[in-house]
Amino acid sequence: MAVVFEKTKGLTDKPTHYCPGCTHGIIHRLVAESLEELGLLDKAVGVAPVGCSVFAYDYFSCDMQEAAHGRAPACATGIKRVHPDSAVFTYQGDGDLASIGTAEIVHAAMRGEKITTIFVNNAIYGMTGGQMAPTTLVGQKATTAPLGRDADHAGMPIRMSEMLATIPKAVFIERVSVHDVPNIIKAKKAIKKAFEIQMKGLGFTMVEVLSTCPTNWGKTPIEALKWLKENMIPYYPIQNFRTPEEVK
Amino acid sequence: MAGKVTFDENRCKGCELCTTACPTKIVIMDKDRINIKGYHPATVKEMDKCIACGSCARICPDVVIKVEKL
Amino acid sequence: MAKELWKGNEAIAEAAIKAGCRFFFGYPITPQNEIPEYMSLRLPQVGGCFLQAESEVAAINMVYGAAGAGARVMTSSSSPGISLKQEGITYIAGAELPCVIVNIVRGGPGLGGIQPAQSDYFQATKGGGHGDYHLVVLAPDSIQEAVNLVQEAFDIADQYRNPVMILGDGMIGQMMEPVEFTEVKRRQLPEKTWATTGLRGRKEHNIINSLFIDPAACEQHNLKIFEKYAQIEKNEIKVEEYNLEGAEIVFAAYGTVARIVKNAIKALEKDGIKAGLIRPITLWPFPKANFLKAAEMPSVKAFLSVEMSMGQMVEDVELSVKGKKPVYFYGRTGGMVPTPKAIVEEAKKILGGAK
Repeated sequence: MAVVFEKTKGLTDKPTHYCPGCTHGIIHRLVAESLEELGLLDKAVGVAPVGCSVFAYDYFSCDMQEAAHGRAPACATGIKRVHPDSAVFTYQGDGDLASIGTAEIVHAAMRGEKITTIFVNNAIYGMTGGQMAPTTLVGQKATTAPLGRDADHAGMPIRMSEMLATIPKAVFIERVSVHDVPNIIKAKKAIKKAFEIQMKGLGFTMVEVLSTCPTNWGKTPIEALKWLKENMIPYYPIQNFRTPEEVK
Repeated sequence: MAGKVTFDENRCKGCELCTTACPTKIVIMDKDRINIKGYHPATVKEMDKCIACGSCARICPDVVIKVEKL
Repeated sequence: MAKELWKGNEAIAEAAIKAGCRFFFGYPITPQNEIPEYMSLRLPQVGGCFLQAESEVAAINMVYGAAGAGARVMTSSSSPGISLKQEGITYIAGAELPCVIVNIVRGGPGLGGIQPAQSDYFQATKGGGHGDYHLVVLAPDSIQEAVNLVQEAFDIADQYRNPVMILGDGMIGQMMEPVEFTEVKRRQLPEKTWATTGLRGRKEHNIINSLFIDPAACEQHNLKIFEKYAQIEKNEIKVEEYNLEGAEIVFAAYGTVARIVKNAIKALEKDGIKAGLIRPITLWPFPKANFLKAAEMPSVKAFLSVEMSMGQMVEDVELSVKGKKPVYFYGRTGGMVPTPKAIVEEAKKILGGAK
């Protein structure tokens, strides 16, 4: 019996606390598998954010640090500068990266920090119970936008990949999704490529992963996948924005 | 029977995503039982139809499913 | 090594390098700019890494990462910048990480001024961030002492896995004074087996974290940290007692103000008034016993805390003296520096009244 699929060593045995059907779990697996397959688990250091994935330090089997809200890219900068040969990644939600941590992610990209950022965009604040995020879509309801996000009042959702792609040393920027198996496979490819580019020392790498939040979207897990496909992808196109010449 | 899937049942949260991914539609929720978390766990009754594609395992957020090929 | 003339900020930076600091993350703010500037030139020369961060918030979080990765790391700033770092500092204390933070204090509050002050005493010693924690706070009164304290600060930080603050003021940073980089006695320190270096064959993964979602575990964590603080209070207090014998009035002053007070003491002596000084070098842990002992001296009629602030350390003096003798305060703030003459008059007023 040949094993086609089994749990990666990149994840610990600890069951996750995520809500049923939350795709954080899938993204964790893609990161962990990528590290294992690239032989990087032994020298990886991950940085967990504040948000639903705040406990990621218990789920990844490599060394981990838990950073203050929004500061993971700065924390990762410190780690990578101390251990330049390590594989450093930040795993951040949209509140963490696109709201309070905007300066940190922009400047980590500007400096071309040789780290990989996994940016999980589920268009809402999950851990704190469903508030509006910078990525919340216009008209999308949230506990702090009860009638739906009003663009005149609270602006338009921010497209971080497009924005960061304008930064010279942000050498690999790709947006992917995990709403179905083909996209999950493509997402894994992008994440693995990001780590490869990091280890080549070419510059800052980021993969934005569109993700669901069944609980705070008020949908079943399966409906949430559908909602993501029909509402998020039109506004957040699945696409590669930057790839270094050396890797093309 | 080309493939075999096993479920680490007590880690299943009953989210049903795997049921949407199976090309031969054999992954279902076991409505006769609940697991330690109180969810109906995912299961396969007609294992002979499994083609070991691994799709169910790839979409599972809790890495519950192991897939083997004969 | 012969004595050389050094500017305070640069001497502090060089002292850190002598202590093995190889990582510095900073941000421009007067009057501490020469520290990052100096580090940007010197650190690469010793195989270290200097980064100018996008903000003091980012800088302290880079310190968090580097300290968690096992490095000797420092940051510096001045008052407003130190305020921005407070959240990061309590995370560093909560995650039990060693680092050195230099505050070259300037006039406040708000944007304040750029002249020397001591109005960050409360922030430094009572905790400017959230939660129960302490920084070890060292207050040099000269550039030579700053050089010695900075080097010892890294050992204290590593020994107790806690942030240590060097609380200078604009004068300490900007003055030039003769300095000798003597060999500072190094402490026996455990290996940093807890650092996130990457597994590198290690079986268990290391986690740097200050989150304890279970309240019982969070309380246990606090109790564990406070056992450290009890040790620090027992072993690390540094204080200078000056001219206390038969003193009628005892000054309390730290940093550069203590030097001004010593001149006032000499002037008072000429007027037949015996005055002494207790100079806390560690502002936390505070030398309470020294003040209590002095308060029990029959000759002592009053204490006078002299600070470049509206009165902050005076409260710790009062707490230490426990009401045994009256405690007064005199200060200038906003960047104004008290003069020996004014201090002498203040003392006379108090003693005149106290006779």
